[in-house]
Amino acid sequence: MLNSLKLSIEIAKIHLLSKPKQTLVAMLGVTFGIGMFVAMVSLMTGLNRLTEDLAMTSSPDIRIFHDITVERKSILEQVNENGTNLVYHQKPKNESLKVRNAMGIAERIRLHPEVKGVSVLLNSQVFYNYGPVQLSGIIAGVDIVEEDKLFDLRSKMKEGSIENLITNQDGIIMGIGLAAKLDAHTGDRVLITTPQGFTKSLKIIGLFQMGVGAIDNVKSYASISTVQTILGEDKGYITDVNIKLKDYKQAKFIAPGFQQSFGYKAEDWETANATMLLGVVIRNILTYSVSITLLIVAGFGIYNILSITIHNKMKDIAILKAMGFAGKDVKQIFMIQSLVIGLIGSLLGLLIGFILSYLISKAPFDGGDVISIDHLPVNFNPIYYIIGIVFGVLTTAIAGYLPSRKASKIDPIEILRG
Amino acid sequence: MNVLKAHKISKYFYEPEKFQVLKEVDLTVDRGEFLSLVGKSGCGKSTLMYVLSTMDSQYEGELEIAGQRLTGQDQNYLAAFRNKHIGFVFQFHYLLPEFSALQNVMLPALKLNNLSRQAIEEKAYEKLKMLGMEDQALKLSSKLSGGQQQRIAIARALINDPDIIMGDEPTGNLDSNNTHMVFDIFQELTQTFKQTIVAVTHDENFAQKSDRVVEMSDGRIVSEGKKKRAELNIL
Ligand SMILES: Nc1ncnc2c1ncn2[C@@H]1O[C@H](COP(=O)(O)OP(=O)(O)OP(=O)(O)O)[C@@H](O)[C@H]1O
Ligand SMILES: [Mg+2]
Repeated sequence: MLNSLKLSIEIAKIHLLSKPKQTLVAMLGVTFGIGMFVAMVSLMTGLNRLTEDLAMTSSPDIRIFHDITVERKSILEQVNENGTNLVYHQKPKNESLKVRNAMGIAERIRLHPEVKGVSVLLNSQVFYNYGPVQLSGIIAGVDIVEEDKLFDLRSKMKEGSIENLITNQDGIIMGIGLAAKLDAHTGDRVLITTPQGFTKSLKIIGLFQMGVGAIDNVKSYASISTVQTILGEDKGYITDVNIKLKDYKQAKFIAPGFQQSFGYKAEDWETANATMLLGVVIRNILTYSVSITLLIVAGFGIYNILSITIHNKMKDIAILKAMGFAGKDVKQIFMIQSLVIGLIGSLLGLLIGFILSYLISKAPFDGGDVISIDHLPVNFNPIYYIIGIVFGVLTTAIAGYLPSRKASKIDPIEILRG
Repeated sequence: MNVLKAHKISKYFYEPEKFQVLKEVDLTVDRGEFLSLVGKSGCGKSTLMYVLSTMDSQYEGELEIAGQRLTGQDQNYLAAFRNKHIGFVFQFHYLLPEFSALQNVMLPALKLNNLSRQAIEEKAYEKLKMLGMEDQALKLSSKLSGGQQQRIAIARALINDPDIIMGDEPTGNLDSNNTHMVFDIFQELTQTFKQTIVAVTHDENFAQKSDRVVEMSDGRIVSEGKKKRAELNIL
């Protein structure tokens, strides 16, 4: 058994080496397919991970807030429950965005075993005025220490430190993009105007950068009481409860429970970033369909070359059989050839894929205003190299099997009789 | 003692039309016999040789070699049987073109796997030397002349010391010197080593010197020939 395998390998080797060009062409087909697969999948999963990271940065795992778009029954319907009611042009009630008893809710959520951290805050639309410039944006009143636990703000600080916000009651930490647009710097005072017309001058005590234009260009942090003051609201006014989970993948399963228990909208990060995450799905579809196509093409290449080889070697196969080689020996000889082509081709493909991924990861890339990156994110996860080689060898094995089986069935007498 | 027994072998070709090539051929060959098969071109000699060598299993009748009944056995069994018991020299000496002369000779022995690789190589060299081909051993077989290729094919047929060596015009491409040499080798194999030779030949001289001449005509054996060696008659 071992001997017959050794002999088959020897014969296969002589066959492969006697037609080096043909062998090389077959190998390069696989190399190209696997190389492209590895490069594509590395880049695409890198982009996916970046997208997910951005989604995670820009929203908490679960956010609880008062959603005023929630449909409400008209008074008529409440009174006349079983009758036929027609209500035209129902307008939203002037509802406060306040989440009642936010502190109590936060305390109860903290007890949930899956929860890692909770912070309460209030968000408001504001105008930022600095000199002649007026920009609309958002101000978030936060407990900066809690917020840092959830979003790791400390590492996002470009200037100043988060502690400054605790000591400085009229300070704000501003998004780096927003500051650039205002042409304001740390230490400058900016004028904040609320939609209700209240105005207050606040001092920039630090700059942060999340890496997403949608945040960096519009948002500032201030303390909870500062924002409550400029909004003219009481000490209990809170608009959001942000929750960080131990496993962020669980968010969409846990959120509905919170919505039920507290009567406020609980939105998980995937829902909040649905459009952004749609890109992930599209990229996955693209990666796998292109890769599979490439591999199928490589498979056809191998099938072709092996079929031609076997056709040209009919006489040799007949002689081998006349000398005492069995059908399975012949099959083995040609299967070994296709597997060697597949294995070496795939290994070369992994190398090419790695080099391509490496070059992509080093090439400068400007993320522009939207995301602050200076080169494309590439994922060097070894799992894709394993998938690559398994796919490569599997494809060649399937492509080589049919011609090899045909070779094993050749009747030597038909060929030798001439 | 019979090493080969063929009983009522008939064979038909169906292309381009049904046509009986072999007509109830009966043939027994003794161990150690050197038999020549002669007959006009197209009378069915090669066809019979393919049946006797187990390569062709589409025939009627019965075939037994070295005490084993071979009719109706499957292809893999027959392949293994050929490897061990039969050496064959084709009319058109087929070698594997990408392999060296030495590799061609070694292959059946490597397949049989009774000896170490080194022993096989030594034995192959010995056979090549016997046929005056040892200096060509490492050449690619496709780079050899017709006569040289034929001698490599003969060396290959001998490598596993088969019970029976079948040749379809094994000296067809050889000059008279080499023909003599091959004849002497065959004679020694039969007389000293009790191997059996069945050789198709058009060479009158070659046939007459062998132990027995069987003549075919139009798919039948028309003359069984006389055994010339006394010891064969006793056996
Ligand atoms: N594959 C085939 N299909 C149909 N007929 C065939 C086939 N092979 C041989 N024949 C016919 O069978 C007959 C016997 O052929 P065979 O090759 O056995 O002759 P031969 O005695 O070996 O002749 P030669 O001395 O020329 O080699 C011939 O009439 C030939 O035409
Ligand atoms: Mg013939």
